[in-house]
Amino acid sequence: MTPSASDESYKSSAHFRLRLLKDRIARYAVAAGGNGVIVAILLIFFYLLYVVLPLGRSPEMWQEAQFALDIDAPVEYLAMEEQAEIGMVLDRSGRVRFIATADGSLVREIRLPLPEGVTVDSFSSARPNSGVVALGLSNGQALVFRHTYKVTFPNDTRLIAPDIEFPLGEALVDVDPRGQALKRMAIQAGDSYTLVGWSEDGTLSLLKAGASESLFAEEGNFEFTHSNTQTDQNAIVALMVDPTQSALYVVGEDGTLAWYDIDTDAEIQLHEQIIATPPGVKVVDVDLLAAGTSIMVASDDGRINQWFSVRGDDGVHHLTLIRSFEAPQDVTRIVPEFSRKGFLVADNSGAVGVYHATAHKLLMRQPVAESGIRQLAIGPRAHALLALDNTGTLHFWRIENEHPEVSWKALWSKVWYEGYDKPAYIWQSSSADNTFEPKLSLTPLTFGTLKAAFYAMLFAIPLAILGAIFTAYFMAPKMRQIVKPSIEIMEAMPTVILGFLAGLWLAPLVESHLSGIFLLFLLLPFMVMTAAYGWHLLPSAVRQRIPDGWEAALLIPVVMLTVWLTLAVSPALEHLLFGGDLPRWLDSHGIGFDQRNSLVVGLAMGFAVIPTIFSIAEDAIFAVPKHLTNGSLALGATPWQTLVRVVLLTASPGLFSAIMMGVGRAVGETMIVLMATGNTPVMDMSIFQGMRTLSANIAVEMPESEVDSTHYRVLFLAALVLFIFTFVFNTGAELIRQRLRGKYSSL
Amino acid sequence: MNDRMKAWWRSGSPWIWLNAAAVSASLVMVIGLLILTAYNGLGHFWPHAVWQFDYRAPGDSQVTRLLGEVTDTEETTVERMQHAGVELPDDIGETLDRFLLKTGNRDVSGLDFRWILEPLIVERGKPRKLVVFERTEWGNFYGFLKDIKQDGNVVTEGEAAWMELQSRLEHVGKLRKQIRRIEKGDIGAVNYSIEQLRLDRRRLELDGDDTPDRLAELQRRRDALQADFVVLQQKLDAKYREMAGDSVTMTVMGGRDVDIPLSRIVRAYRPNDMGLLQKAGFYLSKLWEFVSADPREANTEGGIFPAIFGTVMMVMLMSVIVTPFGVVAAVYLREYAKQGPLTRLIRIAVNNLAGVPSIVYGVFGLGFFVYLLGGNIDQLFYPEALPAPTFGTPGLMWASLTLALLTLPVVIVATEEGLTRIPSSIREGSLALGATKAETLWRTVLPMASPAMMTGLILAVARAAGEVAPLMLVGVVKLAPSLPLDGNSPFLHLDRKFMHLGFHIYDVGFQSPNVEAARPLVYATALLLVLVILVLNLAAISIRNRLRERYRELEQ
Repeated sequence: MTPSASDESYKSSAHFRLRLLKDRIARYAVAAGGNGVIVAILLIFFYLLYVVLPLGRSPEMWQEAQFALDIDAPVEYLAMEEQAEIGMVLDRSGRVRFIATADGSLVREIRLPLPEGVTVDSFSSARPNSGVVALGLSNGQALVFRHTYKVTFPNDTRLIAPDIEFPLGEALVDVDPRGQALKRMAIQAGDSYTLVGWSEDGTLSLLKAGASESLFAEEGNFEFTHSNTQTDQNAIVALMVDPTQSALYVVGEDGTLAWYDIDTDAEIQLHEQIIATPPGVKVVDVDLLAAGTSIMVASDDGRINQWFSVRGDDGVHHLTLIRSFEAPQDVTRIVPEFSRKGFLVADNSGAVGVYHATAHKLLMRQPVAESGIRQLAIGPRAHALLALDNTGTLHFWRIENEHPEVSWKALWSKVWYEGYDKPAYIWQSSSADNTFEPKLSLTPLTFGTLKAAFYAMLFAIPLAILGAIFTAYFMAPKMRQIVKPSIEIMEAMPTVILGFLAGLWLAPLVESHLSGIFLLFLLLPFMVMTAAYGWHLLPSAVRQRIPDGWEAALLIPVVMLTVWLTLAVSPALEHLLFGGDLPRWLDSHGIGFDQRNSLVVGLAMGFAVIPTIFSIAEDAIFAVPKHLTNGSLALGATPWQTLVRVVLLTASPGLFSAIMMGVGRAVGETMIVLMATGNTPVMDMSIFQGMRTLSANIAVEMPESEVDSTHYRVLFLAALVLFIFTFVFNTGAELIRQRLRGKYSSL
Repeated sequence: MNDRMKAWWRSGSPWIWLNAAAVSASLVMVIGLLILTAYNGLGHFWPHAVWQFDYRAPGDSQVTRLLGEVTDTEETTVERMQHAGVELPDDIGETLDRFLLKTGNRDVSGLDFRWILEPLIVERGKPRKLVVFERTEWGNFYGFLKDIKQDGNVVTEGEAAWMELQSRLEHVGKLRKQIRRIEKGDIGAVNYSIEQLRLDRRRLELDGDDTPDRLAELQRRRDALQADFVVLQQKLDAKYREMAGDSVTMTVMGGRDVDIPLSRIVRAYRPNDMGLLQKAGFYLSKLWEFVSADPREANTEGGIFPAIFGTVMMVMLMSVIVTPFGVVAAVYLREYAKQGPLTRLIRIAVNNLAGVPSIVYGVFGLGFFVYLLGGNIDQLFYPEALPAPTFGTPGLMWASLTLALLTLPVVIVATEEGLTRIPSSIREGSLALGATKAETLWRTVLPMASPAMMTGLILAVARAAGEVAPLMLVGVVKLAPSLPLDGNSPFLHLDRKFMHLGFHIYDVGFQSPNVEAARPLVYATALLLVLVILVLNLAAISIRNRLRERYRELEQ
């Protein structure tokens, strides 16, 4: 191993070259490894960002095909099946054509069984995913049919076979028994069917077809109930029945919007009639959004207004204008998405706008055809559209629009959700119903996070900072050697244990001894002062037995005694002052009390952040150069004066940095809040109420979230918010500390 | 006097005392928390006295006889009771004590805990003959032994029955162990092999290699395994039949007689009749059961062995991953990288990562490791199992990786600190003797820094063992059907989900249907976890302190 006498010859030897090679390899390996680790750390941030970014992406549209359609009668309706491979075209002559959307080839053609001599006067479709449509005829009858698609996989390729069924039977149903022509009509389908027709003499005829309840009736037998009422609206634009078949909306061209109640016995009654547009403005088209709660009214002044019923102060529901969208003045069609609150708007210039109601946003506008669009259909998955223009050309476009419901406003501002009395901050991400309106406001969660952190800090800051001051400045070195590590070990305490104790031990204790807990906070400083003064009065012979700096040890029994005392007198105190039950007393004074509330969280999480703050603050105070304090003491200041005027002043950036670190930890803490609160996303600052934090929300909802769904990405956004928040706080604290270190070394 | 007080006040001394009180309060909380956990956790295994109360329930004129353990005592006000809808006699006073009585016998009476009010107890006692059963189902059972039956015929009665019961229970216990071995071990292995054969077959189909003779070979092996399975099943049935015959008749608190099959009884004892030594023996056996047995009754009884095992496995895997990367990163930062604003920035970033909420790591792990990496691994290597995911679902490997990332800053910081403390004279000496940088590092610097790495690793392990939030997303389950390490090749199943002590606490304490019954076990689990983490942290601190001493000597 020793180099030979001749250095030169060794340097050219194979052994030396091998060593150099090894050295170089080691250098590259370490550099690669080290950089790799650093890249891995950056990866966290960028991956979170990568998942979140699609939320902000605007939708895209591209044309797939365009073909001429031979038209002998005006086209009434366009539709597409689930995969958007086959489109349906229904025209006034009663011809149903199924065409391949890729090239316009005819897949199947069906002639509806219309009697001789009648014409199709009106048309309506039920909930789009039911596939049920109705044709209103000139003799007061209606033809109801359903378009269905059977999917099979012969030889592992998908084959879609379109067909038509007649849910009410092939025979026509009488909507208007007097035989007046149905100029407008509406249908809604479910277990039962509701059909409404309007004839030009102002009669609204209602037909309910309920499944026959007779035991011996065959499947598919219906019992029909008729009724009618008069309307003074004329030039009706559309009739609409909501999916629960309990409301009928009649919209006139002049902007009158009438809401009728329909009950199960087919009784029809006017609930209210309002004017939905400014004077002189005409309604162009209306439709119901998915789930049928919202009415979208497009008018020729370039507005689309969203209306739904809201309970007023009088306890009665009224149709209320919720929000308004900008649109072209020559809108021809509004087409809602099947399951989301989005809708498409076509106009006479040939463009289609993609909107989302909850997000209150026009996502994009795209010219689709060269001339005005007469009919428009959206695919059930909202990933394709079919538009028929005035020249008779069909345009098939794909849409990519994954996350329309997310906007800055939807995430952080008050939003007026369907069925609510007023705009609100609400987090409610999922429900069993698939036409449910997701409520993705991060505000209540952020509020809950800050609230939990606030109460934790309220408890932790005084204890940690005061404790750090004493430990660093007054405590006897021997005791400090024990105290400091034992408080620091608290930091390693698994938070799941703190959460468990908070939820199952502390929360019931706080509830049953609430007055005792508050008494403890009040009494403890007083008891400590009394004990201190008592100690001061003792003869100095006794006092000198225990050297300075052991006060904290002396006070341990005092603290324990106070805790025991306050808890012991708590029942008697409550009996005396609060009728024996403080939570109930609070309730009766309008202060709601949750067993797992912010007080419990504050105590438990405060306990968890005390060591963080304590440790950093103690270091900062302890590191204050000794000559500063010695100088102050030498000039005659008392130790307390020295502390307040010299030490704390010098160390204050360090204390600030400690508190920032504490906040950072409290904000990200998951298990304690998960276990010690009820996890309800309420916005209420009360100390007796719980909260739901960003982190607990992630822990609860992430495992059930569907990959790449909006919900999934919003949860990632919540994680990103947490990441950035704590990163900023910690970096700030770290920079302050580094600067402080520099200042000390220059002193 | 007044002057003296004023002077005392002005000296600032009261404020100093107040500061001292903050330290005292913190210490009281830490110690109180440890004592609380230890008392509740350790106390659970002690055979507590079982009381017999003659009790007149509120609003009831009849006196009923209750048997059970007092698990909690609380002082409360009369008003609270009245608000809760309890009718009380007038002469009770303002406050009263109430006991939480564990009456067991959930199958007989429906509920196994009830609060009873101390003033309404007519008479109390601790009958020596009272027997407690721990059962495989339905929780504890309290009652008096009447007789023992075999296949429905009475075998022994009275005091002799107690001795007979013990010997028969021992036999049943042996049978139970054998059954367990067959079910978990032998049948488990057969099932595993059959599943592997199914996957092999599917793989052949996917690759287009499913020639008839290959399929026949698979079918032959499958048939052989099926035959094994039938034999084992018969063996198992025989054991079950042998166990099923015996039963014991017990008189319960209403005076009713209840038959309990011996196969359902895990343990029988008479706590009021036990001496201190007996109790101590019982205590140890319960303690052993706790750390070595599988959980029973939706995790509310039995042991936590799978959770301990899962935690250890996960932490070990994590250590294997985190140590090399953490050390390399620290060596790079300290020894190779040029010190400047960039390294300072990196250091701040690394430091701050330690402060990033652990749930964020969980989210990252779920998205990146499980869905992205795992999903692609499944596509590439395990297409035969699709659409059932192999690695594309939370599991042991992803949990370890996530926690490795989480604890990386801990290892980096500790190692770097160790490297910084090594005097540069040592490096220079080595270089001056002609060693290359790599040799200096490998032969002198790293060995000297090894205790620092050890400290970092121990702190990382302590952090990982206590972390729950990220694990909930990337691989922990409440009840894993099999351990991640077993006798079926490839022995270590990185794709399996596992149980974890911390998650066990959360799950049993908060998701369990019978929280009251589970609570003592949660305390015991918490205590175990606290102890592990305390020991690890103390070890890290002591290593660090010793290390500092050594360097101080070197520098002098």
